[in-house]
Amino acid sequence: MELDAALLSRLQFAFTVSFHIIFPSITIGLATLIAIWEGLWLKTGNPVYLQLAKFWIKPFAITFGMGVVSGIVLSYEFGTNFSEFSRITGAVLGPLMAYEVLTAFFLEAGFLGIMLFGWQRVGPKLHFMATVVVAVGTWISAFWIIAANSWMHTPAGHIIVDGVFQVESWWQVIFNPSMPYRFTHMLLAAFITGTFVVLATSAWQLRHSEHKNMARKGLSMTLWLALILTPLQAYVGDLHGLNVKEHQPVKLAAMEGIWAEREAGAPLLLFAIPDRAAEKNHFEIGIPKLASLILTHDPDGELMGLKAVPADERPNVAVVFFSFRVMVGIGVLMILIALTGAFLRWRGSLYQSRWFLTACSYLAPSGIIAVLAGWYVVEVGRQPWLVHGLVRTIDVVSPLPAERVLFSLTLFVLTYSLLFGVYLYFMRKLIRKGPPPMEKLSQQLIGVKASGYAVALAKQIKPEQE
Amino acid sequence: MELQIGLPLFYFLLLGFAILMYVLLDGFDLGIGILYPWFNTDAEHDHLMRSISHVWDGNETWLVFGGVILFGAFPLAYASIASLLYLPIMLMLIGLIFRGVAFEYRFKSHTSKVWWNRAFAIGSSLAAFCQGLMLGVLVQGVDADSIASSSLQWLTPFSLFTGLAVMAGYALLGCTYLTMKSRGEIQQKAARYGQRLLLFVMLAMLLVSLFTLYQQPEIRERWFGGAHSLILMLLPLLAILAARLLFRDLGRVQRQFAAEADISIRHESRPFWLAASLFLLAFAGLVAGLFPYLLPHQISFYTAAAPDSSLSFMLPGVLIFLPLILAYTLWGYHIFRGKVEDYEEGY
Repeated sequence: MELDAALLSRLQFAFTVSFHIIFPSITIGLATLIAIWEGLWLKTGNPVYLQLAKFWIKPFAITFGMGVVSGIVLSYEFGTNFSEFSRITGAVLGPLMAYEVLTAFFLEAGFLGIMLFGWQRVGPKLHFMATVVVAVGTWISAFWIIAANSWMHTPAGHIIVDGVFQVESWWQVIFNPSMPYRFTHMLLAAFITGTFVVLATSAWQLRHSEHKNMARKGLSMTLWLALILTPLQAYVGDLHGLNVKEHQPVKLAAMEGIWAEREAGAPLLLFAIPDRAAEKNHFEIGIPKLASLILTHDPDGELMGLKAVPADERPNVAVVFFSFRVMVGIGVLMILIALTGAFLRWRGSLYQSRWFLTACSYLAPSGIIAVLAGWYVVEVGRQPWLVHGLVRTIDVVSPLPAERVLFSLTLFVLTYSLLFGVYLYFMRKLIRKGPPPMEKLSQQLIGVKASGYAVALAKQIKPEQE
Repeated sequence: MELQIGLPLFYFLLLGFAILMYVLLDGFDLGIGILYPWFNTDAEHDHLMRSISHVWDGNETWLVFGGVILFGAFPLAYASIASLLYLPIMLMLIGLIFRGVAFEYRFKSHTSKVWWNRAFAIGSSLAAFCQGLMLGVLVQGVDADSIASSSLQWLTPFSLFTGLAVMAGYALLGCTYLTMKSRGEIQQKAARYGQRLLLFVMLAMLLVSLFTLYQQPEIRERWFGGAHSLILMLLPLLAILAARLLFRDLGRVQRQFAAEADISIRHESRPFWLAASLFLLAFAGLVAGLFPYLLPHQISFYTAAAPDSSLSFMLPGVLIFLPLILAYTLWGYHIFRGKVEDYEEGY
């Protein structure tokens, strides 16, 4: 079989970016939660908050580290594997990423050192500030990268001179038509991902560890958050969907599995197997007219279908179709969990309900799976375009020899598989180890310059068993 | 004409600044990774990791910054250079991945510690070697149309040599950083290795300079023709001066330790700044030879420059945020100033 360098490059980018997105999705939410806990500790003096912050900072650190190393790869992959794309869109996307580095990456990295290692070097207020700065840095970073990504979906504010993109209005480039929706949707998704990681862990700890106070606090807080965030996300997701209908109707048709050029009263398909060759679905199960009702607010409203564009301008329908259902399905599940939690809390049996706690602990990866599925809807749904309607992916891949790309792809698959296993292993280990005990907490805050500190520590030194 | 060159030139200088910052900052922490196998005990390894665990992430961000400035300000150069140097870049990234995660996992591991030690040492060495290799390729020149060919044009004796030279240079920076941040045996070892590495680095700089002058007539012309050659000649002279001072300081640290005398702070911290100034001088010499090219003889900074709208859009960002970044980076170093304390707790 002839190796296809273009396909390999696309596979490599898809693989490396999928791997990367897992970690920022967790750290954006987790950094925010840690900042909240630290703030509450400063305000109330309740040591449980400090325990939560100190416990979660370790999983946060390894997750952040994974995000950093896998992120650097991406900043070079545009040039290595999509050189023509970099050449023609560099003037638009490059500056956005430069702003990301200037306003976010340096900020995160600069204050992360203090957040992780500065407990004994700065006072509690200054430490809290460092944590807040790291959290805000993760949001700013998301802002710029979503701006750049959104522009590729709904390009605006540019002109094309000799085949190269130039910017006429930066405001329009950054706040392009889909950017506000995508940014809100993604930021909420990240908050929810972090929330459910903590929720699941707390539920597990409540049943299996002795740190009940901390687990109760963690579960209670994240359930409240889930109750607010998940319905809000459903609402924002709906708005985002309407935006897709307006600007990328083909993607929407793939999400809903609509083939006919125009379809009035389209059903909401719960299941189907889209067939690209036959241009229809098999085994459809749907709720009549519901898709039209949701998307046009009229049960007989018309939606555009895939056949409205030539076959070579349609994405891989099955991937988009199924990913969308996975994302929405998990979303619905999350809302149900949040509602059930609220109900049990009202009944006063939240912390005793074994089946509910077990169900919660299985949801640890739910946010991550939903985020990945959502990104597959968005990115695969844009194909065959790289910049919607303007640049075809296939035209802008680097003319590299295929075996070279195969070599690097193989390296990444091996490295990332190994590291993902390691990451899960250490996450499990840290969660099983539990938080530092209450009595050690205050000790860990004594400044290194405080008198007698080293002596006190040297007396009680023993090799830490992990 | 003046105005059109102005902005691209500014970004050319900014790119140079980003690369220099990266080389100096990540240089010393990659260097510590390269030196790692020459330290044997677990306590020494702990100490080495501890000395940089709070700064490596920020240091590496300069690499990303360099990449995106190249992308945003010189898209054409970014596209060509990145795809030309495909394999060294990929290998460098893999190296950086392994050493980066080693920071997180090593301190939390027990049985797998030996593997994280290896990941850290090999990853750091690989990343440094690939960077040196790329430097060699850019100095030597490479054909921009060769992306599609499967030839390994970048793999020459010269580029292999510059790969090793950069490794040695980073290791030297690492030694001087340790001289500043450690005490006792570790400081001793660092000073001793530093002296040896310094000799090799100076020799390598000489060989690379001679080879470049021999191979590239334009550069020879630039260095030895006209009045400005007098100014250029200052670079090697200053480098020799700095190297001499550095060698002495490192020697003093060793002698005072042997005599069980207190080592003066000046001799402990000056080596790092001297090593950094060696890098600065070498870098200045490099730019003097390559200017105005990003890819020698093919892509200059003004032909590769992005349109004005992009360059001026980034300008306020750079002018406002870069000073801020430098300020809080410096503040971060200030918070962790002084010797690394082994009893200090992590997070």
